[in-house]
Amino acid sequence: MAKFKGAIVVDTEKCKGCGLCVVACPTKVIELARDVNGKGYHYAHMANADACIGCSSCGLVCPDTVITVYRVKAS
Amino acid sequence: MTATTEINKIISKENLVYNKTSVLLDNEMHYCPGCTHGVIHKVIAEVIDEMGIQDKTIGVSPVGCSVLAYNYIDIDWQQAAHGRAPALATATSRLMPEKYVFTYQGDGDLASIGCAEIIHACNRGENIVVFFVNNAIYGMTGGQMAPTTLEGQVTATTPYGRDCKVTGFPMKITEMIAMLPGTRFVTRQSAETPGAVRKLKKAAQKAFENTRENKGLSFIEIVGTCSSGWKLSPVKSNEWMKENMFPYYPLGTLKDE
Amino acid sequence: MGDVRLMKGNEVIAEAAIRCGCDGYFGYPITPQSEIMETLMIRRPQEETGMVVLQAESEVAAINMVYGGASCGKKVMTSSSSPGISLKAEGITYLAGAELPALIVNIVRGGPGLGTIQPAQSDYFQAVKGGGHGDYKLIVLAPASVQEMNDFVDLSFKLAFKYLNPAMILSDGVIGQMMEKVELSDFKPRWTAEEIKEISGSWATVGKPADRERNISTSLDLDSAKQEIFNHKLQAKYRAMEENEVRFEKIACDDAEYLFVAYGSSARICQKAVEQAREKGIKVGLLRPITLFPYPTKAIQEMLKDVKGILSVEMSAGQMVEDVRLAVNGKVPVEHFGRYGGIIPTPEEVVEALEQKILGK
Repeated sequence: MAKFKGAIVVDTEKCKGCGLCVVACPTKVIELARDVNGKGYHYAHMANADACIGCSSCGLVCPDTVITVYRVKAS
Repeated sequence: MTATTEINKIISKENLVYNKTSVLLDNEMHYCPGCTHGVIHKVIAEVIDEMGIQDKTIGVSPVGCSVLAYNYIDIDWQQAAHGRAPALATATSRLMPEKYVFTYQGDGDLASIGCAEIIHACNRGENIVVFFVNNAIYGMTGGQMAPTTLEGQVTATTPYGRDCKVTGFPMKITEMIAMLPGTRFVTRQSAETPGAVRKLKKAAQKAFENTRENKGLSFIEIVGTCSSGWKLSPVKSNEWMKENMFPYYPLGTLKDE
Repeated sequence: MGDVRLMKGNEVIAEAAIRCGCDGYFGYPITPQSEIMETLMIRRPQEETGMVVLQAESEVAAINMVYGGASCGKKVMTSSSSPGISLKAEGITYLAGAELPALIVNIVRGGPGLGTIQPAQSDYFQAVKGGGHGDYKLIVLAPASVQEMNDFVDLSFKLAFKYLNPAMILSDGVIGQMMEKVELSDFKPRWTAEEIKEISGSWATVGKPADRERNISTSLDLDSAKQEIFNHKLQAKYRAMEENEVRFEKIACDDAEYLFVAYGSSARICQKAVEQAREKGIKVGLLRPITLFPYPTKAIQEMLKDVKGILSVEMSAGQMVEDVRLAVNGKVPVEHFGRYGGIIPTPEEVVEALEQKILGK
């Protein structure tokens, strides 16, 4: 059981769907959406929210700084 | 409790652990998806924010993809002619020695057309920081050969692969710069993993601290990707970079005095 | 009288820079103007006024240091001679495009190419018609004496800051190397950071405080519509210079039937030629443009009611004569007389040219 629980918020309109966050995520939380945003990009989203530990890896590698990360101690 | 409500509980101000620094403007970056410039901009903005030097920092942007860097980091900027950023930074730093002055240059700008300016600014030991982004290709003009293009690498002007007999060899400019007595801190970093980004940020911090202590020139090369120029996806670009760039341009600090 | 000395023109440029509160000089050695930087190095103004003096690795670097310094709202300058100015052309158009004030001194030598180290006036086109790319103008001042070498340094900075535009002193190897009596200007303190904020705070890149938008020194606008609007703004500025900043001197023009038009050292030679021609009974005057841009077009036009012919005298193959012809617009004959490649014309040659080319003797 992870010590932390996390969640991310993606600014989906600004996301360019590069997929670097998908690779960076150690717990395979993120996937690119089947839908596209206004610019036609398959934006990143939490496909497996339960697994998020709020480690910020996705945020760190995101070139467009569209990911905000939250974290709480697991109860 | 449903999953959604649980997530909504986590997403609240007091649980915030990572967000965009206010020194990074809200303008949408013009860079291609996955471009390393975005990560480097963010790292520089975060360091400026954390060190509290926004009102004392002047950036000098190059010609190349990052010519518009001034649209993204909320500081005063000078936009230099191709390759000349170190000359602008030299005067700016000498005329306002209390400021933090940095140049942001690509491989074409710094290692090709601006080779004289960077070598001499480094040799004079100007009290500035240089961010040198090496992705082994010209991005803005559409993927032509750079001085740092690898042997055999296909670009728009080396369509059959770079032939070193004809075009010379990939230039290890950072190694050259480390030899100059005017430089204090010379390092080669990358930004493709969370760990690499953290290391890059530490290097940037150290570089600006060197400015504060009037220690002279700090030079940070960042080996990055150009997925459009390389004609690979952003993820594949990182793999190609690790496989091909890192052996020739090994990461690590060359000099720290 | 203030501080009166016997000095070389080049030395005076250096001294005048220190005295007018110049913040930085960035240069690269080239004959016949190296005394400017040498004088500054001997004077050590960094200890006296805090002025920065730096020998750059090239003319290209020097002009870009000027771009950086000018971006900070500082009074900065460079100097060179013809081949070096060609190298600086890129930086000069960037300065104009970014609307930055700066002083560039050109102590002209003969060209083209490496040419000669002897004096010439063959960089007129380069100075007033462009030199670099794009639709831009420099404010160009042409001193004809060592005294004016002193006076025009401060004047150039005043005009450069008034219009946010680079200014050039277009001199030549004669004035640069010649020794003459000069009354030096009084010392003015360099601007403080507070004064710079007041004068140039809306654009100078001195660090962005929380209460203003970031300042950006740039000549780039990828939006063509905006770039055209910006060009309109530049053109309006150049028209304002033409309206307000034309400077010239008239010598023996009151009763003149013929006219020499000449600037800089050619004007000095023409002054003697006026005397010699008048001894021969030829009523000739001299109009000496002091600003080459903006050009004294109207002053020439106003003389056309009395004048029957004009000789443009230049140490070039005929450059300024085109501006004289544009002003005259075919109303009276305009001819050119020049020696070039480093040769200085004699007054006798000038009078002879007037007789042959204008009087038809």
